[in-house]
Amino acid sequence: MIYDVKNETLPREELEQIQLRRLQALCERVYANVPFYKKKFDEIGIKPQDIKCLKDITLLPFTQKQDLRDQYPFGLFAVPKEQIVRIHSSSGTTGKATVVGYTKRDIENWGELMARSFMAAGASASDTIHNAYGYGLFTGGLGAHYGGEALGATVVPISGGATRRQVMLLKDFEPDVICCTPSYALFLAETAIEMGIDIKKLPLRIGIFGAEPWTNEMRLDIEKELGIKAIDIYGLSEVMGPGVAIECHEAQNGLHIQEDHFLAETIDPDSGEPVAQGEEGELVFTTLTKEGIPLIRYRTRDLTTLDTTPCKCGRTTARMKRVTGRSDDMLIIRGVNVFPSQIESILIETEGLSPHYQLIVERQGNLDTLQVLVEVNESIFSDEIKNLQRMESKVMKNIKEFLGVTAKVKLVEPKSIERSIGKAKRIIDKRKEG
Amino acid sequence: MKVDQLSIFLENRAGRLAEVTRILSDGGINIRALSLADTSDFGILRLIVSDFDTAKTKLKDAGFTVGRTSVVAVEISDEPGGLHNILSTLQNEGINVEYMYAFVQQSGDSAILIFRFDRTDQGIEVLQKNNINIIPGEKLYTM
Repeated sequence: MIYDVKNETLPREELEQIQLRRLQALCERVYANVPFYKKKFDEIGIKPQDIKCLKDITLLPFTQKQDLRDQYPFGLFAVPKEQIVRIHSSSGTTGKATVVGYTKRDIENWGELMARSFMAAGASASDTIHNAYGYGLFTGGLGAHYGGEALGATVVPISGGATRRQVMLLKDFEPDVICCTPSYALFLAETAIEMGIDIKKLPLRIGIFGAEPWTNEMRLDIEKELGIKAIDIYGLSEVMGPGVAIECHEAQNGLHIQEDHFLAETIDPDSGEPVAQGEEGELVFTTLTKEGIPLIRYRTRDLTTLDTTPCKCGRTTARMKRVTGRSDDMLIIRGVNVFPSQIESILIETEGLSPHYQLIVERQGNLDTLQVLVEVNESIFSDEIKNLQRMESKVMKNIKEFLGVTAKVKLVEPKSIERSIGKAKRIIDKRKEG
Repeated sequence: MKVDQLSIFLENRAGRLAEVTRILSDGGINIRALSLADTSDFGILRLIVSDFDTAKTKLKDAGFTVGRTSVVAVEISDEPGGLHNILSTLQNEGINVEYMYAFVQQSGDSAILIFRFDRTDQGIEVLQKNNINIIPGEKLYTM
């Protein structure tokens, strides 16, 4: 089912015309109302009227996360404060927080886009949504909440935390849909087992997971442990929040970008030049309709590829490949690039190690060391030392072989790695301290 | 003829072993035999206890990873050559011992050996064929 058939299935040419018209209007707006952009445009000698076609977007300057920090808190807002009806702030996962503001219309649009997302995930107005994203400054909770209501579904605003209570309500309220981070979904499943409840037997059928990178192996794990279909959702507070892009349940193959609202590009992160169609690059968004804090060519630091080939769900919007790493999350260990998601894949592929892991990077002398903590659960435990050591060395060998770095694997007791309610803390980089 | 052995994964951290013994003590569970195998990072504690199921449940509830392994308990006379006789018999029959541990009985005239074989059933057959005294689980738990 498609929520907004007209806008989600536009012929590409028609979509591009809408995008161009909106881009031109956006340039006029930010040039007139945001001193930061006027200065940037003037510096490179470009006027809003220079934008004649979509390709001209490459003439425009980039916006970086640092720009939002520099303009903290409200410097990039494009409307007078009295038109702002809500403020959100990023969790500051990788640095100082950034602040965004929404007008009444922004909030309505966001609700619409989240409603589209729910339906793309396979949900409908008759469903109950267990919304375990955190409510508050983080965009996840309220974003999903308003979207669920826009769809006409029943929303249970449980927010994050109180995990045993969450399991109880999953059993008692029998929701059809759950929204949370993928790592929290697994924690819920684990807690349910402790409580003697089998989530697989509950009516729950769809999980909408985002706010942290995850792998396809983890998806299969979640689908198995919870007995649901796991859908990837993408969004970032600077651009809007959750609902910028969503997988359709029909294909589960790439996330449909809501292109009538967001213009997506992929660029070479070093040169800033567009990459060829179908090649991996850094995802860049221009917010075509946002009023509160419109952004021109916002660099997400997320690496992906774009695909505009038709999808079997009927949507004509471009699909982005699942983001498995934010370029900020990338670790450089002795000169080798390592994403936590790559380690995760290796752990799951090597004898089904549990996805509760943590990477610890330290510098000893001049050498970076990588330690992978892995929790020992019953399925991998053995009464013989040699079996556990064999497993450790197999993981180390695979990391060396596939990623080219030497890692030390350390087996730890279950639950000794801190469980997160929101984003999983996968990396402890001690090189950055002191 | 087999004996249920509880194995517990332990990190090499202060107080983990004491945590296990505290849980068992609180549960009124008696330890019959134990052995601890360790590496620089972790250890495996193997226990034979008076009440396997209660011990397992209590340790699991406390968050430990626990496993069940079938081992074989054998009684031998406490005198030179007692162990050697058994080991050479097993060797001749091609049974490998993965690990073992022993304790002397209170009466003092015999010792009890706990064996983990690579092939448990064949191991038992060999011992029986050679008239070696196997102690069944039920007897060991209440000794």
